[in-house]
Amino acid sequence: MVASLAFYLFAIITVAASVMVITARNPVHSVLFLILAFFNSAGLFILLGAEFLAMTLIIVYVGAVAVLFMFVVMMLDVNFVELRQGFLDYLPIGGTVAFILLAELAMVLGGWIISPQAASSGAAPIPADLTNTHAIGRILYTDYLYLFQGAGMILLIAMVGAIVLTHRRRKGVRKQVIADQIARRPEDTIKMVKVESGKGI
Amino acid sequence: MPMSEFPNLIPAMPEIFLSITIMVLLMVGVFQNSDTVETSVRVNRQILSLSVIALIVTGFLVLSVSGPTITTFNDLFILDPFATFSKILVLIGAALTLYISRSYLELHQMARFEFGVLALCATLGMMMMISANDLMSLYVGLEIQSLSLYVIAAFRRDDLRSTEAGLKYFVLGALASGMLLYGSSLVYGFAGSTSFAVLADTFAQSDGAPAVGVIIGIVFILAGLAFKVSAVPFHMWTPDVYEGAPTPVTAFFAVAPKVAAIALFMRVMVGPFGELDDQWQQIVWLVAIASMVLGSLAAINQTNIKRMMAYSSIGHIGFALIGLCIGNQAGIQSVLVYMGIYVFMTVGTFACILCMRRGDRMVEDISELAGLSKSRPLLALALTIFMFSMAGIPPLAGFFGKLYIFLAAIDAELYGLAIIGVLSSVVGSFYYLRIVKVVYFDEPGDAFDQPIPKSIVTVLVGTTVLVVFFIFYPAPLLDSAAAAAASLIGG
Repeated sequence: MVASLAFYLFAIITVAASVMVITARNPVHSVLFLILAFFNSAGLFILLGAEFLAMTLIIVYVGAVAVLFMFVVMMLDVNFVELRQGFLDYLPIGGTVAFILLAELAMVLGGWIISPQAASSGAAPIPADLTNTHAIGRILYTDYLYLFQGAGMILLIAMVGAIVLTHRRRKGVRKQVIADQIARRPEDTIKMVKVESGKGI
Repeated sequence: MPMSEFPNLIPAMPEIFLSITIMVLLMVGVFQNSDTVETSVRVNRQILSLSVIALIVTGFLVLSVSGPTITTFNDLFILDPFATFSKILVLIGAALTLYISRSYLELHQMARFEFGVLALCATLGMMMMISANDLMSLYVGLEIQSLSLYVIAAFRRDDLRSTEAGLKYFVLGALASGMLLYGSSLVYGFAGSTSFAVLADTFAQSDGAPAVGVIIGIVFILAGLAFKVSAVPFHMWTPDVYEGAPTPVTAFFAVAPKVAAIALFMRVMVGPFGELDDQWQQIVWLVAIASMVLGSLAAINQTNIKRMMAYSSIGHIGFALIGLCIGNQAGIQSVLVYMGIYVFMTVGTFACILCMRRGDRMVEDISELAGLSKSRPLLALALTIFMFSMAGIPPLAGFFGKLYIFLAAIDAELYGLAIIGVLSSVVGSFYYLRIVKVVYFDEPGDAFDQPIPKSIVTVLVGTTVLVVFFIFYPAPLLDSAAAAAASLIGG
């Protein structure tokens, strides 16, 4: 009972927020609605018992992707009013394509039968007595240790590559030197002056 | 629940050593002052020499852990004589090309220490590809290699052609990776495993034709791999990337990744999909023929020597794929021998190309070589030897590479492949011999810059000697290739 109430709550908010993403006039509001939609989808995942996906959704999509969108929307001066022009002209053809895709999806999903052995014959079957975060951790750091480390190398190379291709040494850049900051004494920088009233320094 | 056993790290010692070295060198490079040109040149020099030393040490580690077939990391990683042979070849190619690249890097304001580190990363990826025993470890290795190669292709980031090369390679490479992944997911979905051993068992036990999904999956995997070895019809990126990338990078591209990708190609096709050879053999057959023919015809028109080498490498890959198409032990052995000889010929040729410098600027037109025999007779002789060898003229090493391939093809009664191979080899000799003609019989132009850096001279002398005297002592290469092929086919 509580679960189905929660489901309808999350589902309705997700759908409503998604509609607002594409209809809101202010792009910043769109991004905020997108974040709301992500949070509620995460709630849906938790109801399904997939708490790992819920966490990843929040961390990756809200924490990184939506913030990135926010940067793009706020830093680039995209004229959304202009982009919206001609929306109605393309509505018939766009609507047709969308309808065909929807019909095809319905046909595919309608005829889809999940094989009963599929869940048990996977390379790493889902253990019954563990939460899925626990289960993923258990195989990721043991059976798939090699792949995990390899993926780590890929990320390292991606980072080095991004720095190699974009980082430039500019002249006149002042870098923060923490040791210097800590070593500074008040006596070196502050001079106490007694100013007589009406005279100035 | 019992904790799973700690994996046996010994077989992966070379890879582990190389990854730790990468991180150490990164730290050594980052924490040194490289504000001015002189200091960054000094840091680059230091890191490059350390990288070459690291590759040599890795080579010895590979030899020290070599032995009978062993798998580790939950069967994701395999070490067998085939892997040892290919890894040694990759390491030799990578070390030689890094060794000859220093003077170029310093001349072209590319002396940043990340070059050596990224080349090491690419080599690490290649070694992981060669040792892959699962579709997932295949992909991880391939991605480590490709990602590093994209970056070093665009390493001269202020140069339009270099950035263009990097971007082209990146976009097309990402597409190829996508195809490979899609194929892998289809194979996993229809065969129920990603492990090479389990896949081979599954296909051996099932009777009748395999599921359509598996075949489509294999075709996609083939397409992805054919892109990585730059075989026709997935070769389009090769000439542009070879021409645009800085010359030492081109040399690196032409040697080590080719060997690794061909080794991976053989392992995937012969290992898990060995039982389905009816399905993939015709595709490899077509790809081999198309690569040989296009490689020899398209190179004729080229005026840029790096572009010509790109088509030449496409042709060489075509010849190597004949051996894979044969699919038996003799075929695999001939591919390994061919790639072994190819590494030395190509490194030598690129060492010659790195000498084509006039007034501190690289020249890349074939016509610039005119009259080289008058100004630099020894360099001209070396270049001639490499060209003759590439064309497959006896008694040079290149002839034997082709000979073993064609002999194996005749034995396997693949007469069509052998005939087309010989014919395109004859057509291909035209453009190799044209270079010899330009070098010896054309009116001399201005001489190239003196002196040639010592590292390039060393590599030139070494590779020339190997190419010329291979005929007298071919046993080490032939025997180790035979052992490697036996381990791939038998195990």
